[in-house]
Amino acid sequence: MARAHERPVYAYRRVADQDTGRPVYHPVVIVGAGPVGLTAALDCAVHGLPHVLLDAEDTVCEGSKAICFAKRSLEIFDRLGCGERLVSKGVVWNLGRVFFGGRQIYAFNLAPEAGHQRPAFINLQQYYLEECLIERLGELGGTDLRWRNTVTGVEPCADGVGLTVDTPDGAYRMRCDYLIVADGARSPIRHLLGLPCRGQVFQDRFLIADVVMQADFPTERWFWFKPPFHTGQSTLLHRQADNVWRIDFQLDRDADPDEEKRPERVIARIKAMLGEQVRFDLDWVSVYTFQCRRMERFQHAGRIFFVGDAAHQVSPFGARGANGGIQDVDNLIWKLALVMAGKAPAALLESYDAERIPAADENILNSTRSTEFITPKSEASRAFRDATLMLAEHYPFARRLVNSGRLSVPAMLRGSPLNTPDTETFDSPLGPGAPCADAPIQTATGEDWLLRQLGNLFTGVYFAAAHGRVSARSVEIIRTLAGGTIPVTVRVVGERLSGKGPDGCGIVDVAGLVRRRYGGSPGTFYLIRPDQHVCARWRQLELEPVRHALLRALGQTQRHSEQIA
Amino acid sequence: MKPSRLNVEPQLAHPDDFYQALLELHQGLTDEESRLANAKLILLLANHIGDQAVLDEALRIAREGLGEGSASAVERSGSAVPSVIWAAPLRRVTKERT
Repeated sequence: MARAHERPVYAYRRVADQDTGRPVYHPVVIVGAGPVGLTAALDCAVHGLPHVLLDAEDTVCEGSKAICFAKRSLEIFDRLGCGERLVSKGVVWNLGRVFFGGRQIYAFNLAPEAGHQRPAFINLQQYYLEECLIERLGELGGTDLRWRNTVTGVEPCADGVGLTVDTPDGAYRMRCDYLIVADGARSPIRHLLGLPCRGQVFQDRFLIADVVMQADFPTERWFWFKPPFHTGQSTLLHRQADNVWRIDFQLDRDADPDEEKRPERVIARIKAMLGEQVRFDLDWVSVYTFQCRRMERFQHAGRIFFVGDAAHQVSPFGARGANGGIQDVDNLIWKLALVMAGKAPAALLESYDAERIPAADENILNSTRSTEFITPKSEASRAFRDATLMLAEHYPFARRLVNSGRLSVPAMLRGSPLNTPDTETFDSPLGPGAPCADAPIQTATGEDWLLRQLGNLFTGVYFAAAHGRVSARSVEIIRTLAGGTIPVTVRVVGERLSGKGPDGCGIVDVAGLVRRRYGGSPGTFYLIRPDQHVCARWRQLELEPVRHALLRALGQTQRHSEQIA
Repeated sequence: MKPSRLNVEPQLAHPDDFYQALLELHQGLTDEESRLANAKLILLLANHIGDQAVLDEALRIAREGLGEGSASAVERSGSAVPSVIWAAPLRRVTKERT
């Protein structure tokens, strides 16, 4: 097989920890350098948390694996400083086509409304994502990345977690305050701790191939139900970077995976699909099955956090695996940073489960429904599926029932204990828990995007009056918030740049989209978490409600709050 | 607003005409085609009704007297079984969490 991509080898290095006879202490240890573990390391680096990242291998993944990265993931990578290079390497697509048999039954456009920096999705091979994140870790510095370090023992105790790590030079021991487990769907650490992961196991097999070709197919997602060129139930074609195309063939349930992976057989399948005249090279082939399941809790013994596939798994339809895991990390690390800095109680960490378990359930629900539609399991299920597809060609109502994957959207965190509920009505869906919406803006340094002004710390967005002036009282509140134990940096949004509030933190709402998306009548104030989710919002800026909301977002009990206030 | 209810009072002006038309829909169709025709009909009507509460009630009534956990029913519906098994533990887990 021709290789579209040479996997870099990251050298194993012996570290001083291996020569000290006793376990060496590290504040945070992350296990697994896949997309989610690498994102966790990046987020720790951004928050200044000292951390060690261990990986059992010494390279990036083989084959394209997770290929669709959603807008929310790109926004998180922007916060971590590498969104732009992912987008420029990746392939942007908005149009999806759905075929039934030999006919296109409809097309859909995922293009978000105008005025967002990032597209709905990019397609990028997982190995490129991993390489990019590793490169970014190197730029930020501070990550102690140890390849060919396999965790073989985990002992949680009251004041930390003990680890036994095997290397080519033998085993050594470490201990840490917090362990972040990102070791994938089979999670050796989950097994070491004897923690169950329950849900539905699917029998369906999919053949997955990366193909290199110079083809003039457009950059679109093509999904076939009952394709004429393939006896299985479905086929998916996706373009990736560097003229690599990803094809997923659903196999018959009794297919022999080893037989199906033989290159001659795969090539014959692809020729039947693309036509005899199309020249291509087969780059990578695999056969996968999947499960839709999760752990009962993602926080274990107070100090161990499961993230990504280690905590929950979904079917691939909807790109909810890696994108869900990246949101886990986005949710966890700022909390860990505040707790470790002594600025929030350990109770804040419990909100990781409260927020990410419902998010995982939503992903599991959606990906399970897609699986039911794509791989019907009974005659009745198949009849409804086919009837839906037959109607969809001519009757638009049925298109909304067609489910070839409900694509990843960010969790709304609606029921989160960290939210302070609205007490006023807003003409905006960005209620407490929602991830902030982007909008084009201008700052003193030029054209920019709103989301780039938010995140990593608590921030506020204050909507100035139309004339642009901010009252002395509001300026005072904004100053007080900026100087608190937990500083809140407030951005003042107005129509012009001159005279916009204190300290040059003004934002010009060049297209009026900030005001429209946030329902920002003059005086409106949004309090925003370090992960860019909304904590609370008000029609008027008053200090006390903001303080209370901030304490609530820090996981403080009412009594704690009173003591601190 | 009062939640809408499924209307189970007689509505059809000419019930025999409708019943005949329903059977004629299936004339000359194989069993598989009949299943498809029924499925299309249900989808069209469900969309026309467009009210989840009404549809839920119809779904409940449609299930009355059928299935009831008999082994043969489970076998007939093939691997619809795992999703039932799966849904139950998930609900249980959710409950334990709260």
